[in-house]
Amino acid sequence: MMADTMKKKDAPVLEICNMTQKFGGLTALSDFNITLGSKTMAGLIGPNGAGKTTVFNLVSGFYQPTQGQIRIGGCPTAGLKPHKVTALGVARTFQNIRLWNQMSVLDNIRVAQHGKLGYSFFQAILRTDHYCEREEQIKKEAYELLSVFDLEKYANEFPTNLPYGLQRKLEIVRALSEKPKLLLLDEPAAGLNSVDVQELIRLVRWIFETFDVTIWMIEHHMDVMMELCDEIKVIDFGQTIAEGSAEYVRNHPAVITAYLGDDNL
Amino acid sequence: MIETIIQNLINALQWGSFYALIALGYTMVYGVLTLINFAHGDVFMVGAYIAFFVATFILTVLGLPGWIALALTIPVTMILTSMVGVSLERIAYRPLRRKGAHRLYVVITALMCGLILEHANLAILGASRKAFPSLIVEHVYTVGGVSFTNLKIAVIVTAILSFFILQWIVTQTKVGMAMRAISYDKFAVPLMGIPIDSIIVITFALGSSFAGLAGLLFAMSYPVLEPYMGALIGWKAFIAAVVGGIGDIRGAFLGGFLLGAVEILVVAVFPSTYRDLIAFTVLLIILSLKPTGLFGIAKTTKI
Amino acid sequence: MRKTPVKSILQRYSVHFILVVLGAGITYLAYQEAIGLYVLSVLMFMGVNIILSTSLNLVNGNMGEFSCGHAGFMCVGAYVASILGVLLFAKDKIFGVPLLSPDLAVYCFPFIIIAGGIAAAFAGLLVALPSYKTRGDYLAIITIAANYIIISLIENLGAIGGSRGFMGMKKVVNAMNDVVDLPWMVIWVFIFTVFTVWILRRYNSSTFGKGVSAICQDEVAAEIMSVDTNKVKTITFMLSSGLAGIAGGLFAYIIGYVNPGSFNILKSTEVMVMVYLGGMASLSGAVMSAIFFTILLELLRPLQIIKWVIIPLVLIIVMQFRPEGIMGNRELSDIFPKLKRFYRFK
Repeated sequence: MMADTMKKKDAPVLEICNMTQKFGGLTALSDFNITLGSKTMAGLIGPNGAGKTTVFNLVSGFYQPTQGQIRIGGCPTAGLKPHKVTALGVARTFQNIRLWNQMSVLDNIRVAQHGKLGYSFFQAILRTDHYCEREEQIKKEAYELLSVFDLEKYANEFPTNLPYGLQRKLEIVRALSEKPKLLLLDEPAAGLNSVDVQELIRLVRWIFETFDVTIWMIEHHMDVMMELCDEIKVIDFGQTIAEGSAEYVRNHPAVITAYLGDDNL
Repeated sequence: MIETIIQNLINALQWGSFYALIALGYTMVYGVLTLINFAHGDVFMVGAYIAFFVATFILTVLGLPGWIALALTIPVTMILTSMVGVSLERIAYRPLRRKGAHRLYVVITALMCGLILEHANLAILGASRKAFPSLIVEHVYTVGGVSFTNLKIAVIVTAILSFFILQWIVTQTKVGMAMRAISYDKFAVPLMGIPIDSIIVITFALGSSFAGLAGLLFAMSYPVLEPYMGALIGWKAFIAAVVGGIGDIRGAFLGGFLLGAVEILVVAVFPSTYRDLIAFTVLLIILSLKPTGLFGIAKTTKI
Repeated sequence: MRKTPVKSILQRYSVHFILVVLGAGITYLAYQEAIGLYVLSVLMFMGVNIILSTSLNLVNGNMGEFSCGHAGFMCVGAYVASILGVLLFAKDKIFGVPLLSPDLAVYCFPFIIIAGGIAAAFAGLLVALPSYKTRGDYLAIITIAANYIIISLIENLGAIGGSRGFMGMKKVVNAMNDVVDLPWMVIWVFIFTVFTVWILRRYNSSTFGKGVSAICQDEVAAEIMSVDTNKVKTITFMLSSGLAGIAGGLFAYIIGYVNPGSFNILKSTEVMVMVYLGGMASLSGAVMSAIFFTILLELLRPLQIIKWVIIPLVLIIVMQFRPEGIMGNRELSDIFPKLKRFYRFK
């Protein structure tokens, strides 16, 4: 018992062993390995269709890997539904923003607390004291989080009415509201202009410094990756082709071939 | 024993033919517009009534013999019924579509159109049932203990022919290609220079004309017409289309014949009141196991 | 911080107050026979329709599913409540002498109705379980099939009358009146209607209930953002069908007779019309359209069959001009923000 908790405490935030994913005959990802300790900032890059989002989908439980194992904080996630995986401490954003657009910004944050409501349906209907306390607390925390990110003035707006950059930001805030140990950012800078990208870099760094969270992100903007990530993994056609520091990866011949093509052809 | 099986098989094929012909209209419209055209069952009913009036007119007023009457009734019924379907599209669905109304509101409008067709018919023609005139002489053939009529065979053959014609239209012709294109991407199609509204009209016309054909055949096989005849058979044909995989013509036919077979089988074994109960339970189980129907392709959610 | 307490209490309880006055008023007028039986029955059907439309609105509006079999669950509730009532409190050809003294009927009546609701909630599993894997039109088909299955099941149960129907509920109502002479049905329909709207309002405004709209808007995001979608779907379907069951039970006792034919797809369509007329995901819209629809139905009654041509026509025209329903997805308090102060009915 004791040893078990110890093991979990020391276990890395994310551990992926020999993960392979096949869709029909297509191997989207083969033999993927990674270990992320706490308080690390890692990157995942690769050309379009390399299988980056597939990795995130597997980690967040949206797909079940064909082979291999994912452990989050030492807990294997095999067979868990996405909301259970989220409860283990994984939160993510999406490549195309997936906010609930007909719900206020505040409600977007509130719904993300669904995993730890702590009251039952009947308590909600009967409005027990416990329910009211929890609701108050959820609302208060949501407001606090929004004001930390300077979004509280939009609390009652619908997300569609926010500018694109703020929608991206809101999605990150929503993911953070889950209090994750591991935050997956799927192309957070996609569609942002260069000013917004600089803003985003500052935001992500600030989040990393302020919250106790490991960040793993997919990004095409190399400058974002260079600025932020300690360690970058490059995949192409589901194969890991390089990993290491940003500088190392940038000059790696296999990476250059994957992005720019082979000179010898 | 073997005779009973073949006998039931023929009955199932005939019964399934009606479902298949109606399911077609559902599936084609759905394939193009992702609209459940709930008025389609009533378009079938209207088709049967049109056939009744046309046939009676030709037989009594023009006094032509039955087989000429049949030869004339088929195209006239199909054309008139397709006009009913197209006018529903033009009057009720298109304005809503233009306004960008929620899909389900169009579905409700379709339901309402069905109700109007039913009750307007009831109000105009009264509740009395109409007896359909016999157009051809029914012969009963008995081969090895299995008896069937020429009409039954005609129904089955027509259904199968219709399947091949439609399958050809959808897969081989330009119009069919446009239909399939619309079902993939409604927004890109007009940009490719395809007149989306004309394609939709053609879809409605095709679907409704085959409902009219089904109405005519149904009226010839079961020569009693009443305004509610389209409602139940329409719902069931819709279910058949979904079980087959809505949006796919092969699915509509397979689903139709499957539903026919299940119903005939149930009646052969159980009291006939169990027909709906067991047929629907079987369909529920099929859909639980294969949620997108037999030919349906699961839409993968991309994130 | 607070304004004058008296005023705030007045505002806070104004809806409760209005409801109590309204309920007591109708009961009193019914008791004095100041309202004719006909008007009374229209009012009661209005209540039943409000329950039906608001409960279906939870699934079709808030959750964005397309359930077309609401009448099936109503049927389950109606039969269970009727059979239970007759079995316990009335002398009947099928069940013989009542199991309990008919004097108790007056106390047990709400429990009978709720039992019907619970049975209907479990029937709702017929749709809830497939909804884990299926969505949209395929689920629509399952709801239609569920409606047909429930009806033909009852049609084939000869012991409870089959397709001929089941009666004897009037005796239960009479037994209630023998103990205390009050218009019991009016009272209970009123209470259950308020109860339904109250439950739904609480459900929709809780964080738990917001998960329903999250599923409607983006199910994938909901699941990944920690919403247990299967649980939420199950509870929502069960709640919706359970409330439909309550409406069915009340319906059965108002008419005093049930047969499977009155819970067919046409009835489901009627409920659907009320929901879409009111505007999807709008609770106040569903209430208003149920009231409006009931009145319209009664006004057009003299037209007989033409009624069913005119009503769909009116709807089609309404939809051409307001394609999102009367209220859209707004609530009354969104249109008249001042109402919010009085709108603490939670």
